[in-house]
Amino acid sequence: MSNPFLDSWRRLRAATWARSLEFIRDKSAVGWNLIFPVLLVLGLAYVFSGPGQPMFKVGVLAPAGVALDAKLHPFLATPQVQFYREEPGEVSLHKVQLQRIDMLVDFTQGSGRYWVNEQSPKGKLLEQLLRGAGGETLQRQATSGEQVRYVDWVTPGVLGMNMMFGCLFGIGYVIVRYRKNGYLKRLNATPLRAFEFLLAQLLSRLLLIVVVNAFVFMACRLLLHLRMEGSYWNLLLLTTLAVFSMIAMGLVVSARISSEELAGGILNVIATPMMVVCGVFFSIDGAPRILQIVAQLLPLTHLINGARAIMLDGAGLQQIAPNLLALAAMSVIYLVLGAALFKWRQN
Amino acid sequence: MPAVLEARDLVKHYPRVRAVDGISFEVQEGTCFGLLGPNGAGKSTTIEMLEGLLKPTSGQVLFRAAPLGGHYRERVGIQFQNTALQEHLTTRENLRFFSALYPKRRPLDELVGLCRLEEFLDRDTSKLSGGQRQRLLLAIALVNEPEVLFLDEPTTGLDPQARRNFWDLVQGVKAQGKTIVLTTHYMEEAYLLCDEIAIVDHGKIIARGSPAALLAEHFDDSVLELPLAEASKLNDGVVYKQKGDVVEIHTPDINGAIARLLAVGASLAQLRIRQRTLEDLFLELTGRDLRT
Repeated sequence: MSNPFLDSWRRLRAATWARSLEFIRDKSAVGWNLIFPVLLVLGLAYVFSGPGQPMFKVGVLAPAGVALDAKLHPFLATPQVQFYREEPGEVSLHKVQLQRIDMLVDFTQGSGRYWVNEQSPKGKLLEQLLRGAGGETLQRQATSGEQVRYVDWVTPGVLGMNMMFGCLFGIGYVIVRYRKNGYLKRLNATPLRAFEFLLAQLLSRLLLIVVVNAFVFMACRLLLHLRMEGSYWNLLLLTTLAVFSMIAMGLVVSARISSEELAGGILNVIATPMMVVCGVFFSIDGAPRILQIVAQLLPLTHLINGARAIMLDGAGLQQIAPNLLALAAMSVIYLVLGAALFKWRQN
Repeated sequence: MPAVLEARDLVKHYPRVRAVDGISFEVQEGTCFGLLGPNGAGKSTTIEMLEGLLKPTSGQVLFRAAPLGGHYRERVGIQFQNTALQEHLTTRENLRFFSALYPKRRPLDELVGLCRLEEFLDRDTSKLSGGQRQRLLLAIALVNEPEVLFLDEPTTGLDPQARRNFWDLVQGVKAQGKTIVLTTHYMEEAYLLCDEIAIVDHGKIIARGSPAALLAEHFDDSVLELPLAEASKLNDGVVYKQKGDVVEIHTPDINGAIARLLAVGASLAQLRIRQRTLEDLFLELTGRDLRT
């Protein structure tokens, strides 16, 4: 008598093996998947080797409902400075320490106070601007911390973005092609179940993306002397979970479509906003609230935020737990949705 | 003996098409059953309902007197008309992959021998010829020792040589006692391979029986084919049909017809005598050619 669990495991293993073999032997695809991230990193190293972002960025803690304008304090009308509302707490101060923002101003207590990083030249300059702006004198609070270079900050974003494209397009196009050329119909005539097939596609892609990006990450670490404060294992766990959820997202998109053109269009519609909303190239700290909520619903945000926390702040599992939980939940939702919507054949 | 497979009043409607319109038949153990008809007649839709891949609008398919259950796919083998395989995999790897999907597996060496795959066992499947590809697809359909083998237009698009080779293979499979359900629009294929056929047109069965019995039932004559110029010399009320430059004389009395042709001085240099075929039968029943 056959064991249903063992049968299912055997089918899953066979389908994963077949798909991986197909990919590894596709020389052009392998070449592209290896070469593109390396070029990307080299490009980044070149572009961001100069000075960082030119604009000043100031986080403001203010009572709810009070607008961040000159009425609150004349300093808030200073040109060339981006003021944004910051949430109270350790995190905001930490941003000053990492020099991700140049100053933090607090109007919620007494006559007001501000923090600058003693090691930040931009902080010093802003302090001069604050004094020159007039208005009520704010109490100075000093903090310190080594500056995080933009390249340290942006690399997790760029690698995350690269993985996102690999996940969405790598899985989406393949399944749509299989459906279009009738291969899925053939598989449907076997005992292979939709869930097993999808999981096999997912696992083979997951393995590939994680391995390739681990190499690329190590290359970046060596070439760009990337900051890495936390654990490699935590980073691997976070990345694996994020890649799983992003591939599962691709499965949902490709669940029914039989046209590569349509799939390409939909994938672009998903991928392009993710690049902007999830904070790949710049922080969305000052972005409208709605955008920040949307960002929390996207796996790339949790990958990038979690990876930055591990790499820049040395965050442990406890600190990135919300990211891991969000990614796990998204993985389950997308996978179940993808399997439920999945169709073997064209209409 | 109870039928292995039974179609009971199968109907499949699409929004604007009645693809299958009430089809019933039984397939006996160890026989080859053929669905013969032109393109668009409803053969593929019917066979896909039998395969359990398409849900009938109404009607039922019974396998060994029971509705199709969860394990049906493990017990049947299917070869589609056109199937893409995974790229960059060899013949052997494809066989291994499909084999791993089933709990019951036929030894691969046996399949390789049966379907004559030896010469391209380690070749990338994208480099196979049409005939080699169909042989591999047949082997894939047999990996699980199926109780019923479904072949949906298995030789469409093959050259005559490859088609004949494929027929040899199917006859080999048949000789092992397999039950086969076949769709085709080649009457020669149906005549050669099938023990029983159902001629399908516009989603309905218009004739059913063994090929020999069907021909005997509908025809008692043979066909003489002659160039128009020669045949037109004969003008004594013989039934004939003109097909381009050739005339078909339908007669139960071949000797008499030839004698009359000789008597009017017709040249018999290009005379061809043939028996009635399933193609003639289709034309007789529908007024249309099978291949149109």
